[in-house]
Amino acid sequence: MRAPVSWLRELVDIPVDQSGRDIAARLIRAGLEVETVETVGGGVVGALYVGKVIEIEELTEFKKPIRWCQVDVGAPGGGIRGIICGARNFVVGDTVVVALPGTVLPGGFEIASRETYGHVSDGMICSERELALSEEHDGIMVLPAGTAGADAGPIIGVGEEVLDIAVTPDRGYALSLRGIARELAISYGLTFRDPGLSVAALPAPGADAAPAQCGSDDFDACALFTLRTIVGFNPKAPSPQWMKQRLTAGGMRPVSLAVDVTNYVMLELGQPLHAFDLDKLAGPVRAGWAEPGSTLETLDHVTRNLGPEDLVILDDDGIIGLAGTMGGLDSEIDDDTTSIAIEAAHFASAVVARMSRRHKLSSEASRRFERGVDRTLAPYASARAAALLIEYGGGQYVGMTAVEAPFDPVVISMSAHEPAAVAGMAIATEVVVGLLEAVGCEVISNDDELSVTAPPWRSDLTDPADLIEEVIRLVGYDLLPSTLPVAAAGHGLSKSQRLRRLVALTLAARGSVEVLNYPFVGADELADLQLAENDVRRSRVRLANPLSEEQPFLRATLLPGLLATVRRNAGRGLVDLSVFEVGAVFQGECARPAPRPSVLMRPSAEEWAALTAILPSQPLHLGVVLAGERELASWWGPGQTQGFADAIALAQVLADVIGTEITIEQGRDDAFHPGRCAEVKCAGKSIGVAGELHPRVIQAWSLPARSSAVELDLDALIAAAPDLRSAPVVSSHPVAKEDLAVVVADSVTSAAVLQALSAGAGELLESIRLFDIYRGPQVPKGHYSLAVALRFRALDRTLTAEETARARQGAISRAAADCGAVFRGA
Amino acid sequence: MSGPNTSFDPKQVAVLSAEAVASMVTGALLAASIAPDLAALKEVRVTHAGDRSPLALANRDIGALPPAAKAEVGKRVGEARATVKAALDARQVELERARDEFALAEEFVDVTLPAVRNPLGARHPLTTVMERICDVFIAMGYDIAEGPEAEAEWVNFDALNVPPDHPARTMQDTFYVASPDSGVVLRTQTSPIQIRAMLDRPLPIYVVAPGRVYRTDELDATHTPVFHQVEGLAVDEGLTMGDLKGTLDHFAQEMFGPGIVTRLRPSYFPFTEPSAELDVQCFVCRGTSIDNPEHPCRTCGSEGWIEWGGCGMVNPRVLRAVGIDPAKYRGFAFGMGIERTLMFRNGVTDMRDMVEGDARFSLAFGLES
Repeated sequence: MRAPVSWLRELVDIPVDQSGRDIAARLIRAGLEVETVETVGGGVVGALYVGKVIEIEELTEFKKPIRWCQVDVGAPGGGIRGIICGARNFVVGDTVVVALPGTVLPGGFEIASRETYGHVSDGMICSERELALSEEHDGIMVLPAGTAGADAGPIIGVGEEVLDIAVTPDRGYALSLRGIARELAISYGLTFRDPGLSVAALPAPGADAAPAQCGSDDFDACALFTLRTIVGFNPKAPSPQWMKQRLTAGGMRPVSLAVDVTNYVMLELGQPLHAFDLDKLAGPVRAGWAEPGSTLETLDHVTRNLGPEDLVILDDDGIIGLAGTMGGLDSEIDDDTTSIAIEAAHFASAVVARMSRRHKLSSEASRRFERGVDRTLAPYASARAAALLIEYGGGQYVGMTAVEAPFDPVVISMSAHEPAAVAGMAIATEVVVGLLEAVGCEVISNDDELSVTAPPWRSDLTDPADLIEEVIRLVGYDLLPSTLPVAAAGHGLSKSQRLRRLVALTLAARGSVEVLNYPFVGADELADLQLAENDVRRSRVRLANPLSEEQPFLRATLLPGLLATVRRNAGRGLVDLSVFEVGAVFQGECARPAPRPSVLMRPSAEEWAALTAILPSQPLHLGVVLAGERELASWWGPGQTQGFADAIALAQVLADVIGTEITIEQGRDDAFHPGRCAEVKCAGKSIGVAGELHPRVIQAWSLPARSSAVELDLDALIAAAPDLRSAPVVSSHPVAKEDLAVVVADSVTSAAVLQALSAGAGELLESIRLFDIYRGPQVPKGHYSLAVALRFRALDRTLTAEETARARQGAISRAAADCGAVFRGA
Repeated sequence: MSGPNTSFDPKQVAVLSAEAVASMVTGALLAASIAPDLAALKEVRVTHAGDRSPLALANRDIGALPPAAKAEVGKRVGEARATVKAALDARQVELERARDEFALAEEFVDVTLPAVRNPLGARHPLTTVMERICDVFIAMGYDIAEGPEAEAEWVNFDALNVPPDHPARTMQDTFYVASPDSGVVLRTQTSPIQIRAMLDRPLPIYVVAPGRVYRTDELDATHTPVFHQVEGLAVDEGLTMGDLKGTLDHFAQEMFGPGIVTRLRPSYFPFTEPSAELDVQCFVCRGTSIDNPEHPCRTCGSEGWIEWGGCGMVNPRVLRAVGIDPAKYRGFAFGMGIERTLMFRNGVTDMRDMVEGDARFSLAFGLES
């Protein structure tokens, strides 16, 4: 909403020393967010003069017609000056705006005396665009009248300050000069002259014509519908200069007197109006619901498909407008309109909001109706409009017809001490009552109980809380005390929150860089990941309105985002890289619509269960991608490529860090190298995968060879972490060390051998460590040798050589039994 | 070994004279002092202190002396041997140390060689800022609440007093999951976590809720469709807007330094009433740049204040929707964007830097922000 300061000053006697910025500060303190304070023609430096055109010589020898004009700029401007002008929309005797040499126009364009088209042009006749007043550049500005040599600035509105205010959805009343001026009056403690409370003086209705009839089919959707009729209007009558200036400053383009007047009154009072060409109407005009399958071509030349959810304006021939949103093209005012019907109505906010959303059509009218228009304002606004039309366009006033549902203003009960209790500071009852009355409420007080009737322009005031806000904001948020409540005893971070930090910290400390990828993913990426159609990582959760049709799904795996990030980094020259992400993935699908319980009470357990059951499951995953070298070549030797073992090591380290026991098994996963993929299991359940990515995945994302990855269900990993870790018993007796080697078939995993050796070694085994693997002539083909170091220790004694030998033999026997291991030597 | 000598020839014992012994000592000490290395010293030791050395022989000859001379000569030779041994031992230590120092010197390396083989990674600064914020509130007794990113529309809007068709719904351009009327959205704010906290937790409630949120904005220098917020909620008996202000002041000081205050400006959010925009005093210029063109402030644009978030008293309608009696309990809530916080706090100038996952960006922050 753009508010010219001079217009505000018409409604409130703001002290003259107050600048636009001062006024803006007042409004901001009251909760109207003034985004900018602009000065009309703010780029003009130097004088602009009123000039009279006294002679025009047409120069025809050039490519385009040019005029050599003699313009009288009076004594202040140095008398008559010769000026070259390319515009043609003026005649001798017209009053124009002249910038003389030395004046700088917006954009830093300095006017100078210069020779052009064979003459010395001694100034410039200005158009609106050249003065940055508007985009208008169909010729120069022609003023209605004026004294040559006078300062043209005030006449054309140069220097006018305009506040641009972002109006929040609750403050529909502030989409008008009326509403903004009222806030200023409260802020300055001055009298507000409400332009919306008196019916403009209109001539007596003529008896020789009947006013157009109106109606409303549904008073819930259209509670008030009025129609004022004027005949004999002069369609050629221009809008007055001051009105065009204010419209322009207010952000609207002047069109014609009839349209300008409806816009002007809307800006001033906040009531959207619509002017019909009465001769294009058939029969009474009413608000009603559209028939299914009906259409309307609106003023923006778009044909709208309408249905029974659309409130429309109808005459006997059909639909002529979208109620409170936009008029139809067929009944539009045009250059020949002499009979005008002005519609001023009140439409329900929700109805207009729905239509505006459905048709993606936001207009000056719909923005106001959505936010709430003064319920009683329509007849006042249309009277103001009719008076202006008759004043500037002639014509005869025929009269008004109206239908209206009974209006019951909202009455709110509130205790007078409540604003103080909410604010945490003293606010006297008189102050509460005074401020509520200032915003327009009627207040009846009965001791502490206040009975407050909200004014018709404040449809946002429905609850005591709304009134409390009014009081506290007008007292001033800057006066609030600063006190600290004592919170209840807290619990600190939850286990999951603690361990997530630990995981992320560990990864970062080990060289990985945390990233936060968008969770959007496309089918192509999932195909590139080599995933089968039935893979759970093939997303089932799709967005109805994705930003890009390339990525309409929500991810069910972190890998595509991480791979893309690695590729992006590689593209920027960072090839050796490890990145990780902790983020939600989206599994399952939204099969049926979620219920919408009442908001008037807590949902029942069943309602809540039904509501949450509909959501996709959203576990937190951890993903890591390792690409290139983890240790670059340097004085210590060649670089070390990050591979499957690094990925698996990360999975193991992270499990160890949070204390979860996992097992690593030979795995298969479409996205991974078929022979270099580990399945990560926890308590027998698969919780993720680690290993080298499939060469086709590496190719699809153009990653370094052998790039590897981990993806774990972090929620599952954390859930299995112990809440409490028990202390070990540390024996001070000596250790007994035994090394041995066994030979097994290639088909037996090292994990199986180590597990068998451990199990066979018994309780005395303190630790077991694989220290070598051998394949070669020393062992049979298809077999390999594992060398392990065993450490034995007892809690209560020094082990004897026999005990150690027995335990060692137990290990060998068990490995032989479980894995077919053959003892190779010590 | 010689037996007791009862008869001796004084001439024969001339070698045991003081002069002779002193000369042996002098010779030994000289040899020790010039021994160039341990091997040479070993030979010196054999020559001057070994079994066949002059002093050892002299010692043996003492037995042949008359008893009257034994004590004197014995003392003399004993002292001489001790002197020689001490000198040899001292030289031994000296030469060993020299040998060791030589060996250590041989092991010289360039310690300025790059030592870190596996460089540190990094946390994302958005995450560490969120953790920092959480820690401030943990210290005040708050818990950290969380909720799902794909959220029921009822929780994201309806229960927060944003009914269908309310203009506030179009304030936040919403991603709908599955279909526009599925009732499931990508949460547009962290405020739905308030609803979950109030449904799940016993009163009184003091929580902060960090999280990712979504709006249908295209990515550019100042917008991103996926961003982060932190939400705070307190519901207790007798809470006031002054308590909200005090909590925010404390929070601002923890984040931006002692003495920093906040400013509230009236605004509108459906879920709070009264509602306010939250500004924080510029922690760089502390307001000194206002109307001071000589010393402009880039952080606050010489406004003195930085827009930080929104806040207010929980709308009683919201309390009602979760079954909390608004006559007994009042609440306050606040929320701010983490990207925005990082932008003005740490001087990030382009939203895309926080989004694209360029490792150079996060590595500059390391493990903290």
